Amino acid sequence: MKVHIHVSLKPGVLDSQGRAIHHKLETLGFDGVNDVRAGKLIELDVDDSVTDDDLDAMCQKLLANMVIENYRIERQEPAKENA
Amino acid sequence: MAFRSAVITFPGSNCDRDMAVALEKVSGTAPFRVWHGDADLPEKLDFIAVPGGFSYGDYLRSGAMAARSPIMNAVIDAAGKGVPVLGVCNGFQVLTESGLLPGALMRNASQNFVCRTVPLKVENSQSLFTAGYEAGETIHIPVAHHDGNYFADEATLDRLEGEGRVAFRYQDAVNGSQRDIAGVLNAAGNVLGMMPHPERAVDERHGGMDGWALFENAVNALAKA
Repeated sequence: MKVHIHVSLKPGVLDSQGRAIHHKLETLGFDGVNDVRAGKLIELDVDDSVTDDDLDAMCQKLLANMVIENYRIERQEPAKENA
Repeated sequence: MAFRSAVITFPGSNCDRDMAVALEKVSGTAPFRVWHGDADLPEKLDFIAVPGGFSYGDYLRSGAMAARSPIMNAVIDAAGKGVPVLGVCNGFQVLTESGLLPGALMRNASQNFVCRTVPLKVENSQSLFTAGYEAGETIHIPVAHHDGNYFADEATLDRLEGEGRVAFRYQDAVNGSQRDIAGVLNAAGNVLGMMPHPERAVDERHGGMDGWALFENAVNALAKA
């Protein structure tokens, strides 16, 4: 099963990359962009036996730095029931 | 008594040799060189250095992979027993990622790599790393990093300041760090992480000797112990 992990900077944490992208969009003439936040997408292919708790643990132990980042887990197919 | 120190090398470390040279120059004894995949450190260490570089190519986040390598369990264990641990640059990133120090090092606010000698204010001259300096003294140490922008939440920053755990502060705008923090100590005072490179300022030919006192004081502290 494919799982998407979206990692993004917490609100209030300065996103200098997002700011640079925002500035570049403006210099290219794109108006009306209010804010840009850049994050990352980590795509996992996992066995069906991998639980949401397992995925949470992966995020908290490695995939995200909880000091500065939030994460969101998105299963790409319906999860099978784990007994 | 010989000074027993160790320098950890990760894949992508590039300041490990400089660190080893500095430790040998100041202490008179060459450090052990320890590979990241080792499970154990040499026994009875007096000092552990986590050097600069680009461990694991900065994949995922700077220091993230190295912080979870086998040797770091031993480093965390040793730090908990009071062994002095110095993390410089990528080493500082590794120490925050491993949880030994609070906060995180983010991309420089300018998005640019910064590589120059910067003035630092010594904020805490009581620690075993900084007792060779005067509080409030200005020292000049080189920086060379892309991810040195220190971040912690306000409560953590207030606690660090209140407990005297800000060791060094930048005196000009270097990387966007919260409160210009360049180096922080752990609660017990035996772990220091700093972005500037003291090992690059231990020889007149480096252009300055301001890093010498940091190593010298750690060596002297051991001799007195």
